[in-house]
Amino acid sequence: MQNIIVEILLGIVVVMAVLILTVIGRKNGGMTKKQKKMMIRILIASAALLGLQFLPAELFDTFDRILFKSAGRIIRLILYLAVYAVIGYDILIKAWKGIKNLRPFDECFLMTVATLGALAIAVYENGDYVESIAVMLFYQIGEWFQGYAVGKSRRNISSLMDIRPDYANVEQDGALVQVDPDEVAIGSIIIVQPGEKIPIDGIIEEGSSSLNTSALTGESIPKEATVGDEVISGCISMTGVLKIRTTKEFGESTVSKILDLVENASSRKSKSEDFISRFARIYTPAVCFSALALALIPPLVRILFLGTDAQWGVWIYRALTFLVISCPCALVISIPLSFFAGIGGASQEGVLVKGSNYLEDLSKTKVIVFDKTGTLTQGVFEVSDIHHNELERERIIEYAALAESASSHPISKSLQRAYGKEIDRSRVINIKEISGNGVTASIDGHQVAVGNDKLMRSLDIFYRDCHMTGTIIHMAIDGEYAGHIVISDIVKPTSLQAVKELKRNGIEKTVMLTGDGKKVADVIAQQLGIDEVYSGLLPADKVEKVEALLESKGSSGKLAFVGDGINDAPVLSRADIGIAMGALGSDAAIEAADVVLMDDDPKKIVKAIKISRKCLGIVYQNIVFALLIKFICLVLGAFGIANMYLAIFADVGVMVLAVLNAMRCLFVKNL
Amino acid sequence: MKKTYRIEVDCANCANLMEATTQKIEGVKTAVVNFMTQKMIVEFEEGHEAEKVMQNVLKACKKVEPDCEIYL
Repeated sequence: MQNIIVEILLGIVVVMAVLILTVIGRKNGGMTKKQKKMMIRILIASAALLGLQFLPAELFDTFDRILFKSAGRIIRLILYLAVYAVIGYDILIKAWKGIKNLRPFDECFLMTVATLGALAIAVYENGDYVESIAVMLFYQIGEWFQGYAVGKSRRNISSLMDIRPDYANVEQDGALVQVDPDEVAIGSIIIVQPGEKIPIDGIIEEGSSSLNTSALTGESIPKEATVGDEVISGCISMTGVLKIRTTKEFGESTVSKILDLVENASSRKSKSEDFISRFARIYTPAVCFSALALALIPPLVRILFLGTDAQWGVWIYRALTFLVISCPCALVISIPLSFFAGIGGASQEGVLVKGSNYLEDLSKTKVIVFDKTGTLTQGVFEVSDIHHNELERERIIEYAALAESASSHPISKSLQRAYGKEIDRSRVINIKEISGNGVTASIDGHQVAVGNDKLMRSLDIFYRDCHMTGTIIHMAIDGEYAGHIVISDIVKPTSLQAVKELKRNGIEKTVMLTGDGKKVADVIAQQLGIDEVYSGLLPADKVEKVEALLESKGSSGKLAFVGDGINDAPVLSRADIGIAMGALGSDAAIEAADVVLMDDDPKKIVKAIKISRKCLGIVYQNIVFALLIKFICLVLGAFGIANMYLAIFADVGVMVLAVLNAMRCLFVKNL
Repeated sequence: MKKTYRIEVDCANCANLMEATTQKIEGVKTAVVNFMTQKMIVEFEEGHEAEKVMQNVLKACKKVEPDCEIYL
């Protein structure tokens, strides 16, 4: 029965090998020379083995009669040894080198001992040579598959992340020339045609286009850009021809930085990876010694204490089965592959994770601390109301905008935006800026004062306080109070949903830190359902607050801080995980944070956490699954239930399944 | 000083071995082998020439994993 199964399997291997060689071996199928050579060896060995299986036993008996006694046995041995040499010679050489270099416990050594041992038993019994050769064959097939699958997935993931532009168009003597982006100096003019990637960061000098930023942010809605706008590399210009003056070198451009970051991300190893590589170092020698014990102790016990037959052959065979199971590769390969795929998948969604360790920490996040401005709110001030006005609203805004026309303060800008029309500066004279208070100016002959309550008091004008939260701008015209304008930072449309979803996904506590006043902070926190608020904080206070929170949360979960990367670099680096958002084009944020969200949608935080959870889940599945199967096989092997075939299939099969499972980390789009 | 080298190694465990070996070479401060991107990032101690150190690294790695390659 077993022979038939082995013959069928060998047949399948032969067919598969031929198929693989003809289909993917022909052109750029992703096979390296080494893999091709190995596949040919697998084909030859399995075909030869299959052929030998069908040779009738009587054939060897005839040799005995023609030549000398047991000549048939020797010829048979030589034939099988030849096949063994074809499939396993490199393993033997490597094992020998390993012994010579005093590093005996590698898998080549184990396979060599196991298969040579099985061969020796077979020679002794003139029995089944196929087993040891088949084990070697299947081991090589497993290795081949592993090499191929890993190589292929590595290339796939890399190409998914490949947003590297290959060239830049430069105008030389009136003609467009494609040059290496590395050679373009700062301040050069490059031309980007529709459908092309912007290769280098810069400012648009001519033309306008809608930009597809999906490669960077995962966001599919195109962004309009026109003359004077800063554009970043990696975006695809979709509609128009752009002339761009470069502001950075290629190596310093966004796209290069991102690639660098993602490529090096998997170099920072996670705890699970460390655990596995340490485990592998102990596991292999441990299995080897137990194999030795299994080969020696039971027979000795049988001879010395039980007085029965030692059964050396049986116990040595079981010990050899142990050796086959002892290869730790399934574990060692699947974990970095899972993280690599997870980081690759995340980067496609606009979530850059700087290392496997951060992905791991992210999945354990229990407390999330938000910075308010620019994270939960847009960081852009807008006029939200006007009160107590005698004049029309439009007039109030108009006067305010005119008075503030010389200022570049965010609040002045928001007033100018609210006015919305071209500002005629000739109507304004005598602008006087009173630092920290406001502005006085004369507009169309009227004396206008725009500013806070201090300004009103200093001008002896009666003013009314406002019940609303936000920044209050009082106005007086010709010494008479004319009402006040309420300006507030508006909450991002997705903030509420993001906080809710975080709660639903097991985040225990949300905290908001802000430099703004208590009133404003409390209202926003209540609106969004944030658990704790700390307001009126200076940047240094934020670090202290985060430190206090780190202490109070205990050691179980992790604390993540989310900021926009401006002014909060120290906090980003102090938290367990620093998440910077809206980092497109902000070097400081990319530098300081551990996780970078390419756009400023707070829902990306939820996504990042979900991706990390999925990825870690797969890692644990693989660890448990591989260890469990190996352990079961070890037990079965020790009791003589599992033979070497089962052992090698357990080894190769677990590895294949673990690799396939790891690839699931790549699919995170619908999380 | 930090340098990145392109490497070729077939199995993840061998990559771990290479990393452990490289870390023990004199003049190497830290070494990280990234199997997925097939890269080796070596940080050298001051006063050591990268070229010379890497020759030793290559020799030592060849010992533990005859199939590996480091492109210096």
